[in-house]
Amino acid sequence: MSHDLLLKISVVILFLPLLSFLIIVFNQKRLGKAAGIIGTSILGIDLVLAAIVAFNKFVVYPNEAIIQWKFHWFSLGNRTIDLGLGVDNLAAMMLIVVTLISFLVHLFSTEYMSEDKRFPRFFSYLGIFTFSMLGIVLANNLLNMYIFWELVGLSSYLLIGFWYEKDSASNASKKAFITNRVGDLGFFAGIMIAFFTFNTFMFDEIFSQIRSGVLPFESGTILTAMGILLFAGAIGKSAQFPLHVWLPDAMEGPTPVSALIHAATMVAAGVYLTAKIFPVFTADALTFVAYTGAFTAFMAATIGITQNDFKRVLAYSTVSQLGFMVMSLGVGAYTYGFFHLVTHAWFKACLFLASGSVIHAMHHAMHKLHDHHSDPQDIRNMGGLRKTMPKTYLTFLFATIAISGVPLTSGFLSKDGILAGTLAFGNLSGHWLIPAMAFISAGMTAFYMFRLTIVSFFGDFKTEIASKTHENNTQIVLPLVVLAILSLWVFYSFNPIDASSGWFAKAFKPVETVVPAEYQFDFMMPYHDAHATESTEVSHGSHSYLNKFEEELHHQHYTAMFLSLAIAGFGILLSFIFYYYKKVDPDKVANSIKPLYLLSYNKWYIDEIYQKTFIGGTILLTKLMFWIDTYIIDGAVNGVAFIWRIFGTFVGKFDNGVVDGLVNLSGGVVGFSGSIVRKLQTGRVQTYLLLSIIGVILLLWWLF
Amino acid sequence: MSGTFNILGVGILTWITFLPILGMIAILAIPSGKDEISRARSLNYFRYITLGITFIQLILTLVVYSGFNFSMPGINDASSMQFIERVTWISVTGLPMLGDLKIEYFLGIDGISMPMLLLTAIVSTLAVFASWGIKKAAKGYFAMYLLLVTGMMGVFVALDFFLFYVFWELMLLPMYFLIGIWGGPRKEYAAIKFFLYTLFGSVFMLLVMIALYFAVGSFNMFDMMDPSKFDQNSILAGFGTSWRYIAFAALFVGFAIKVPIVPFHTWLPDAHVEAPTAISVILAGVLLKMGTYGMIRIAWPMFPDAVQYFNWWIGLIGMVSIVYGALCALAQFSVGKRDLKKMIAYSSVSHMGYVMLGLAALNTEGVIGAIFQMFNHGTITAMLFMIVGVIYDRAHTRSLDDFGGMANKMPVYTAIMTIAFFAAIGLPGLSGFVSEALVFLGAFKTYPVLTVISGLGIILGAGYMLWALQKVFFGKLPERWSGPWDPTGKIYKNDDINYIELGGLVPLAIVVIYLGINPNPVIGMMTSSVNHFVELIRIGGNFAGM
Repeated sequence: MSHDLLLKISVVILFLPLLSFLIIVFNQKRLGKAAGIIGTSILGIDLVLAAIVAFNKFVVYPNEAIIQWKFHWFSLGNRTIDLGLGVDNLAAMMLIVVTLISFLVHLFSTEYMSEDKRFPRFFSYLGIFTFSMLGIVLANNLLNMYIFWELVGLSSYLLIGFWYEKDSASNASKKAFITNRVGDLGFFAGIMIAFFTFNTFMFDEIFSQIRSGVLPFESGTILTAMGILLFAGAIGKSAQFPLHVWLPDAMEGPTPVSALIHAATMVAAGVYLTAKIFPVFTADALTFVAYTGAFTAFMAATIGITQNDFKRVLAYSTVSQLGFMVMSLGVGAYTYGFFHLVTHAWFKACLFLASGSVIHAMHHAMHKLHDHHSDPQDIRNMGGLRKTMPKTYLTFLFATIAISGVPLTSGFLSKDGILAGTLAFGNLSGHWLIPAMAFISAGMTAFYMFRLTIVSFFGDFKTEIASKTHENNTQIVLPLVVLAILSLWVFYSFNPIDASSGWFAKAFKPVETVVPAEYQFDFMMPYHDAHATESTEVSHGSHSYLNKFEEELHHQHYTAMFLSLAIAGFGILLSFIFYYYKKVDPDKVANSIKPLYLLSYNKWYIDEIYQKTFIGGTILLTKLMFWIDTYIIDGAVNGVAFIWRIFGTFVGKFDNGVVDGLVNLSGGVVGFSGSIVRKLQTGRVQTYLLLSIIGVILLLWWLF
Repeated sequence: MSGTFNILGVGILTWITFLPILGMIAILAIPSGKDEISRARSLNYFRYITLGITFIQLILTLVVYSGFNFSMPGINDASSMQFIERVTWISVTGLPMLGDLKIEYFLGIDGISMPMLLLTAIVSTLAVFASWGIKKAAKGYFAMYLLLVTGMMGVFVALDFFLFYVFWELMLLPMYFLIGIWGGPRKEYAAIKFFLYTLFGSVFMLLVMIALYFAVGSFNMFDMMDPSKFDQNSILAGFGTSWRYIAFAALFVGFAIKVPIVPFHTWLPDAHVEAPTAISVILAGVLLKMGTYGMIRIAWPMFPDAVQYFNWWIGLIGMVSIVYGALCALAQFSVGKRDLKKMIAYSSVSHMGYVMLGLAALNTEGVIGAIFQMFNHGTITAMLFMIVGVIYDRAHTRSLDDFGGMANKMPVYTAIMTIAFFAAIGLPGLSGFVSEALVFLGAFKTYPVLTVISGLGIILGAGYMLWALQKVFFGKLPERWSGPWDPTGKIYKNDDINYIELGGLVPLAIVVIYLGINPNPVIGMMTSSVNHFVELIRIGGNFAGM
């Protein structure tokens, strides 16, 4: 397949879901249930095409960095703004991930949403989401990335708020969009720095310019800032601390949406972005990324332990796993960060769809019992579902095993690589806190995931509802099975304990940093460049490793594996002791560490803190500004008007009293003299004659 | 140069500008009617005449657009202006002190005025749909409406400062009556405030215009832009003198009031809240652009030295307008009457701030972004005000507290409003994104810190727009709206938006979406003008450090 054909098919892949959106959105009433079939079939075609493109990229062009198109969007006269799209190995893999999960979610939704009155609209939204997400995947430049980034934000807004009659849903969708906007502002600031410096948005052109020594404002610090600002977009989209707050609330959306958007694809976009721009991260930026990820992983894991809502546990687990991916990229374990993105996409989508299956069954059971008050998502209402929903149970259990990092699963392979990476990073840079947080989080992950499984699926029915649940039909179960199977190790590496020899690790080799050596960790600098530096390690340089970090990661592999097995095993054991064998009462433990329990249960009070500070502060500020606007600025305007009015009144009075008074006065004088004169006008000839004579005499007297 | 285009021996720009006057005369000639039937018939005449005239005007504008040469810069070069019409209008010789007074009827367009011409034609045609419900004194309304359109068009085609000023003032009069007679409860206050405020600004403009006339000896804009034409004894001669700075500042204030820029903006919320829907549409869609257009056409090329001297402050004003306007818009949720229209009025202040920021960038991206933002704000805000009008006509309230759950009652309306709101937020794929992004990219090159702070506007913008969307459409439908809007079925046959209203909104939505995907048709016509403009201002004022 030629480059051109491959790109043309990619364009088709991109626009097919948009077509699905347009067909459905304008024919909602006409299509009805057919919308589901249309949407699902279009995604099916998309999936096949994606497989073709990915196969060609991996098999025919495995060593080409990227196959891409660039074109002028519009011209500014002396320069043009360009867009483009490209397929590199990351994009090829992501095409499969996005189209497959989207296809399965479409299929799942044909049953799950079948009783919804806005059924067609749901599928149109799924279409526009898939389009936007594929746009991110195929972006070969920052501007494309940003455009689709925002469109994904819109689709997510529409889907979270799909049941907009519920206030909680419309609040959650608004919160998601605005929180993401905060990250996007940083992202866009990073783009502005990049465009200012390099006059292009293209990834490859930016990288080659940095490599040749062009730095923003000729400063390594600003390069660090640019990296961190671009990464801010990922903090928002991938729900990293401190912008993670929207993701748990986003669970208000329909569960297939949670699986598609808030587990497997959209939230992975941030990680994907971080991977795409990985070469520009300086040492400081990498450290920042690593700590952000590690802390997020840790914090979310602590919260996940105490939540009782089925989907919320999964949501915090997602935040935590995203933290793992981000941390992995931050410490430089590029391959494993992306690997975890892919493996996590399968098993987390599986977990979410299984939760959807459970909630669907609970709903039906409640319906039968005429119960409209219980919470179908509360795990305390479940229990024993193993018996009524065996297929859902088995797939869920397998995905739980995978996320906990038990051997023979994909999750083990990717997580093991990440943990080895953190150890290597700790060893080389001295940042030991990162591996510490990583291992503790891994242990907690195993614990809370098994807690969730045991409480909801094992034991006896805790309520009548649970006992009345039934396994769902094929449209719901089939996606679960597919996703569970994909969580086996064998798809990525034939060696179940080491992924480094598998095709995946070979296809996603670590990428070289382009940052000048003075701003980068020594151990991140490629060996073939090291000749230029004064590194004494050159002689030890092995041909098979990109840099010292990769070598160290390999050395840490077995340490990490044993440690992670031990800690995951401990977590699983603990949850069995607590919830299955009930040797220890979890409530008592919770009471004995009340403050810690409350901290976790209340999600570290972060929402409350934001409410008090940022939101409260903004509201206060708006009130202040509006007060200024009304009373100071407009007050001044009205004040001036008032003064003029007073002045006008005064002038009016003056006019009436003085000017007009004078006029009237003169008139009065004339009138008065007139009245005197009038008295003289008696009408008698004698008087006139007399006066005339007096006049004549006076005249003559005056004359002589 | 592209030749003048005549119809019946009269230039096409004159046709475009004065066609509405013909319509106005026709409307005035038709009697309003005595009984109900003849009144209804006359009302229809008025509507269709207005719609017809503005539509022909739109067609003529498209003819101009099709003949428009994208590569001719214009700005300070009279020979590269297009569709020129030039005759002596007033010529008096031998006046004491003044000598010869010569005022020309001088029309012409370049890449700055062409987009504005298109915008004016589009908005004034579509706003007629929003005027469909006017019943009170319809004759006067439509006559005034057409007079207003003439004034607006005139401003965008005039190349003689005096002529420009005449059109500028001409537009005030119908606007005053349109708000003052057909407005809301506080219409008199709003109308007088608008009138006096704008007049106050005009006084500054008039003073500077006269000073420039004395310096140059004509009202020709191109002479005023050419330093060699200045009388060397004039106080405005030379570059970088305090008199020039003062003159620029006065001119700037005159235009800034129209934009409006904080702190000269308080007439705007009042005028918008009180004005009838169509007039709000015109006000936000076209009138506000006259302020920034005046800056680009007159103030900037005539005083490039002063532009450079004040440039940082102009950027700061832009930033303040963006953030302050957004905060005031957001404040409509926490204080006041929670008036949806007032919120949108403040959002205009914020969005026009982007234009100022882009102008202050003084580079290709920034200025193209600024002018494109003028165009986009015109179309998007026109949509927003029409949308408010739709719900107000039905519910007779604009308070956000009174709404909720409209999404199920009015699904098509919801879809249109979602497009408009997201366009206002700057969502990619819609036109607002392109212009805002260009403004930011350009402004960052000149003033990185101001630009990043201005970025807060995009977060706050998302805040108030989504909040409003939620308040109106989501949640539960209040009990009072559970029935149909119009139980008699006379005015509103069903609950959703009707075809007349869609007639105004859908074309705008198409423009917004189309330009979001392909901005070339508008950006293309301004590139050579803007590049020339940027060069002129930078070299003209010898801008150091850029």
